[in-house]
Amino acid sequence: MQSILAVDDSASMRQMVSFTLKGAGYNVIEAADGQEALEKARSQQVDLVLTDQNMPRMDGITLVKQLRAMHAFAATPMLILTTESSDEMKAKGRAAGATGWLVKPFDPAKLLDVVKRVIK
Amino acid sequence: MAENSNPGAQPGSDAGGFDLTQFYGVFFEEAGENLANMESMLVEIDVDSVSDEELNAIFRVAHSIKGGAATFGFADVAELTHELETLLDRLRRNELKLRREMVDLLLEAGDVLKLLLARYQGSGEGRPDTAALVARVKQLATGHLSAVVGDGRRRVRVRVGPLAEPATADGLAELFRDIPSLGTLEPLDGGKAIEGYRTFKVRTNSPDEELIELFSFHVAREQVAITPFDAAPVRAGGPVVHEGEGFGFFVDPATLPAAQAAAQEARNAEPKPRAEKSQGGNLESSTLRVSVQKVDQLINLVGELVITQAMLTQQAKTLDPVQYQTLLAGVTDLERNTRSLQESVMSIRMIPMAFVFNRFPRMLRDLAARLGKDIELKTVGEATELDKGLIEKIIDPLTHLLRNSADHGIEAPAARSAAGKSPTGTITLSAAHQGGSILIEVRDDGAGLKRARILAKAKERGLAVRDEMSDAEVWALIWEPGFSTADQVSDVSGRGVGMDVVRKNIAALGGSVELDSAEGYGTRVSVRLPLTLAIMDGMSIRVGAETYILPLASVVESFQVESKTIQTIGSTGRVVRVREEYMPVVALDEVFSVPRDGSEAGCEIMVIVEAEGARTALLVDELLGQHQVVVKNLEANYRRVAGVSGATILGDGRVALIIDVASLVKRTRH
Repeated sequence: MQSILAVDDSASMRQMVSFTLKGAGYNVIEAADGQEALEKARSQQVDLVLTDQNMPRMDGITLVKQLRAMHAFAATPMLILTTESSDEMKAKGRAAGATGWLVKPFDPAKLLDVVKRVIK
Repeated sequence: MAENSNPGAQPGSDAGGFDLTQFYGVFFEEAGENLANMESMLVEIDVDSVSDEELNAIFRVAHSIKGGAATFGFADVAELTHELETLLDRLRRNELKLRREMVDLLLEAGDVLKLLLARYQGSGEGRPDTAALVARVKQLATGHLSAVVGDGRRRVRVRVGPLAEPATADGLAELFRDIPSLGTLEPLDGGKAIEGYRTFKVRTNSPDEELIELFSFHVAREQVAITPFDAAPVRAGGPVVHEGEGFGFFVDPATLPAAQAAAQEARNAEPKPRAEKSQGGNLESSTLRVSVQKVDQLINLVGELVITQAMLTQQAKTLDPVQYQTLLAGVTDLERNTRSLQESVMSIRMIPMAFVFNRFPRMLRDLAARLGKDIELKTVGEATELDKGLIEKIIDPLTHLLRNSADHGIEAPAARSAAGKSPTGTITLSAAHQGGSILIEVRDDGAGLKRARILAKAKERGLAVRDEMSDAEVWALIWEPGFSTADQVSDVSGRGVGMDVVRKNIAALGGSVELDSAEGYGTRVSVRLPLTLAIMDGMSIRVGAETYILPLASVVESFQVESKTIQTIGSTGRVVRVREEYMPVVALDEVFSVPRDGSEAGCEIMVIVEAEGARTALLVDELLGQHQVVVKNLEANYRRVAGVSGATILGDGRVALIIDVASLVKRTRH
């Protein structure tokens, strides 16, 4: 079973994402901010990272950067969940090494669709 | 998203076959916490020295609520928070300067959001009109651009070099320092030359030519290159390779694993039964959300357990200690364990006072603004815990006391300065454990109670006062119904229905309240409450064949008197002389219609009890002892009985009624 690391400081969003992904057969690891995600990523197998951008302690872009610096995550697909799709955000995401992004609000079906396309 | 005019309908409940309503509960709780957080941050903010971290934190609140509201289909909430987010984003990027009116508007928006969310949860009627609020937020976010920052200035990238001496570029920074209207200059290279080139970001209203003119004082014209400034220099290729509706990839989708594995059966399309492993299931690892009902049920069961254990202990006393040694040892262990269990369980219901205190900064801020006063609120001991049942009931009395302090205690800034005090008044709210009680104090450094005015008012109302009354006795007059020395009745306080109701409410919780004051210096109100309502220290007494319990906190003393010292006064009843005082006598057998055994003729046992400042002597047959009792609600199990505040089950299984001392004392005063 493939594992997805879902990072968002909003518990309701985490629950929704988690429920959706688990229902499709993925294992979901949850974290409330970048720092927690980093700690969990170090000790577990992760096939895809889904992260919110605005979070306390460490934001999504920084998380992606940090993960990319780790050997194990050099090639792991990473998606940034964001409410803005400005050029600036896209540029930052790309520079950090993200694989792509997903705009909030999204419906569960779209989430699954995009996840399916990128997960290894 | 279509506007939903029917508050009962659940928006977003069918999103592509997924039922999102199951996540609403968590979202509402989370949004509620977020809004409470935002409110306290806004109240704490110092407009003149606000930190980026504070603005960021408030931005995240709006962002988080917006995300959830949009996902779950609460369009009006999403719209309002979107505008707030825009405003806050500009603020945190320092594109806008924070002003007090923005803080006020944000607080107002927070209130409206609470209402909107309450509607979706089923409470509250009427639609708050958000259109006007949204417009005002928009205006603050986009209309006025602060003259100090970002006033339509263009941003350019200035590259200077090649420089033989990189430090010469520092001269450019000096230019901007000396000519403030030129704009701002910011190094993009961390202050160090890269291969002899220095790069800066410049914000200015001046045209390129003018900049180059000025720069030529320090560097040669040919060494300056000015280009428009974009976000981050994007290197490899364009920012996006493939974009769809609401998502996009930075890499060629053809290289994505899914496309390459298209031949493979998409096994993930089959919904598998959800793994029960709670990997990441428990989000807040240090706390659990539990319904109050479950906790109350648990406490009830433990209460029953205590009663059974007490019964066993009592029965065990009748056994031969030698023959039943092991059993008796077991019963002793049981008693100890049960007591520990009870303490643990009771502590589940304990909530920190912070829960009560945290609503006051906002209330006081609004109140101080309305009264035109400058008030600072200090809180001490927010971590002190109190039973949930008491916490909810102490809020109203405390609110009233705080309003009193703000309204009557703290003087206007001018008056305070004239009196040599700091123009900012301080109200201190504190909570601490003291023995088996909790002591809550409301202290202010205001004008204090005015003895002369209180005495005058009391005389006016025909109350029995003497000029030589001690200060404590004068302050105690405040508790009289209808008493108020306020010159005008403001809608804040001063109607004179306040203080006696406060005292009654606190007494109903089994507590007491005291006033102390020093004219010119301030006032202190001290509220003492028992730590919990469910267990009480009681004194058991016998009247005839019945056992009753008196709350130990109400018992003053007990003694024996000769029947003849009890005198009958006219038709109003009997009194007894205790030292220098005459006290009304209440014969419990008469109150509860219990036949007494006449064996103690000639001698009476009296228990003096006190409630709401008055004392009464109760006639009983025997004092049985003191112990802790588990208080059971009589009304819930039977019906309300006059003179009785609850019941408990004794060790032998019989029911003992707990006497409502306050009501008995009242009877004698009429």
